[in-house]
Amino acid sequence: MTNDEIRAFIENAIKENRVMLFMKGTPQQPACGFSMRASGALNALGVKYAALDILPDPRIREELSGVSGWPTIPQLFVGGELVGGSDIVMEMFESGELAELLGVEQPELEAEPEPEQPVQQRPIGLENRLN
Amino acid sequence: MPSAEELRERIEDALPGADVSVIDTTGGGDHFRAEVVSERFEGLSRIQQHKLIYDVFGDEVGGAIHALSIKTATPTPAGDGR
Repeated sequence: MTNDEIRAFIENAIKENRVMLFMKGTPQQPACGFSMRASGALNALGVKYAALDILPDPRIREELSGVSGWPTIPQLFVGGELVGGSDIVMEMFESGELAELLGVEQPELEAEPEPEQPVQQRPIGLENRLN
Repeated sequence: MPSAEELRERIEDALPGADVSVIDTTGGGDHFRAEVVSERFEGLSRIQQHKLIYDVFGDEVGGAIHALSIKTATPTPAGDGR
């Protein structure tokens, strides 16, 4: 695949899928804590979404960032628009804005995913080392 | 290897008057979390606010700066302000 073909594929995925998540790994097996949180939020909302693992080819990430102007992974698009990365997705999930945007009910939040100062304690050492 | 202090200074230089705190979340010098309160964010979407921070570091995000988690706020809105 040429870079142009990869870019066209990405643009098409964004257009064709109302809820499109670009992530490291898959929703079943996220390869990074940030991707895990973003897909976890979508799972918790029970929405259908498409997910693309960017890891198999480094050019996917390059072309995606070229399309979106956003440097990091994950990236969530809804209705063809970039919503944000994991920080924004989690903020919007916790505030209920994401449920609203997606047109679903906000689930009862049992035990919030530790919002403040969590990062230090998290077993984070292995995430995100894959590229 | 960048330090939390260096990241903080660079954000402050780019957004004068901003209230910035940066922590190195793993102690490894490559995962950071930045919390930034700035008037510059007024009227901007979250995406635009976060991009202002990413833009400070350009290609370093994803490179030397492996991960940069961002929380932005404006000084005025309801909430506890800092």
